[in-house]
Amino acid sequence: MSSEIKDKVIAIIAEQAVLEPSDVTEGQSLADLGIDSLGLVECIFAIEETFDISVPFNANEPDQSDFDISSVASIVTAVESLIAEQKA
Amino acid sequence: MRRVVITGAGTVNALGLSVPATLAAMREGKSGISDLNFRDVDRLAIKIGGQIHNWDTESRFNRQQIVLYDRFTQFALTAAREAITQSGLEFIGDLATRSGVIFGTSGGGLTTQDDNYRMVYEEGKNRVHPFVVPKLMNNASCSHVSMEYNLKGPSFTVATACASSNHAMGQAFNMVRCGMATAMVTGGSESMLCFGGVKAWEGLRVMSKDACRPFSLNRNGMVQGEGAAVFVFEEYEHAKARGADILCEVAGFSMTSDASDIVMPSKQGAARAISGALQDAKLNPDQIGYINAHGTGTAANDKTECAAVADALGYHADRVMMSSTKSMHGHLIGGTGAVELLACIMALKDGVIAPTINYEEPDPECALDVVPNEARDVQVDAVLSNAFAFGGLNAVLALRRVH
Repeated sequence: MSSEIKDKVIAIIAEQAVLEPSDVTEGQSLADLGIDSLGLVECIFAIEETFDISVPFNANEPDQSDFDISSVASIVTAVESLIAEQKA
Repeated sequence: MRRVVITGAGTVNALGLSVPATLAAMREGKSGISDLNFRDVDRLAIKIGGQIHNWDTESRFNRQQIVLYDRFTQFALTAAREAITQSGLEFIGDLATRSGVIFGTSGGGLTTQDDNYRMVYEEGKNRVHPFVVPKLMNNASCSHVSMEYNLKGPSFTVATACASSNHAMGQAFNMVRCGMATAMVTGGSESMLCFGGVKAWEGLRVMSKDACRPFSLNRNGMVQGEGAAVFVFEEYEHAKARGADILCEVAGFSMTSDASDIVMPSKQGAARAISGALQDAKLNPDQIGYINAHGTGTAANDKTECAAVADALGYHADRVMMSSTKSMHGHLIGGTGAVELLACIMALKDGVIAPTINYEEPDPECALDVVPNEARDVQVDAVLSNAFAFGGLNAVLALRRVH
């Protein structure tokens, strides 16, 4: 299950970055991948739609969100925990 | 070129249903932000706004009018009545053909669209009211005001998102200034506080769930408002000759395009608009006593705007007062510049500077005098009103006290 979530999240991020999923590595940040603030908001929307979850994210205070967007890996972890919380 | 003065003002917004009520609320630093109340609000994540709650449509308009007047048209007509009554102008003969209406709006009859889409998509109806199109069109408010007051000159609607009203008033100003018109009824109106309107904004993730706190370090987004403000811009000699009560002079206007990003603001584009308005008005930066900020309460706007003001005004930026009244009435999108012009008139005419309320923590990136929380009594002679729209379209007006 977990690797399925990871694959889907990476696919979403890759699409936004116009890259192949195989070119996205977990240590990269969205900035490394050339994704700007609008791209981030689109990623979050795609994540919400794909997993049917609600992501607490306000573009005015991205650092204060519980949703850690500092790297691809942190986004995967955050999505996993939101799914665990909201689908429990 | 001819001089242009304001001889009438009217408004309805969350702070009050008239200019005196609105200015009293601004002076007291009151908040017009409250819990939103409309159909399906429970399905929204953002549940606050500067909504006009005590709006009794049935007592204000008759049945024939209500089928044609979306809420944004109702707001515009009500504000126009107050403004034109105050001006004392009667538009007949040559004055009628030489006077028009230019309004700003972004969403137009959005509530009408929302209601009717819901009916055909959600409720599965196959028939809508025959007047849906004339009710929802963006120029409906402009056209109804022109019909109500016999305004037969240049008339149209401007849609530049959050700068719509300032762009509209800038056009009206230049038309009177260059001799195309004797008087212009101008301003803006907006009514986006319906399920679809707020849901769309929610998607962008820039809205605050609790309050609009412009320039405060803990600001977390914008809060929407609704309403209208309308003004009568009149050629100075015409106003003087008839002994009109002059509220202030419109001295200059400038508009620029960032040509860079569809949502992120640009310091350079904003600064060029501010400097352009000063040049157009033949004012030096140190003559500006007050700026009504765009001040949306988003992280990006407020710091960019402060940097732009610092660039355009130089050392004087440390002395000028700049407040965001959006903290009180919310962001009226296409109508916001018009409502905010009222704070400029109050500064020039009454010597009262409206505050930025909800200000809690200084932000080093917004280190200007933002008139935190309490109004100030200071006589100023010249002011600016900023509006910076999504899409990078900027419009700044300069106004001056008439002695």
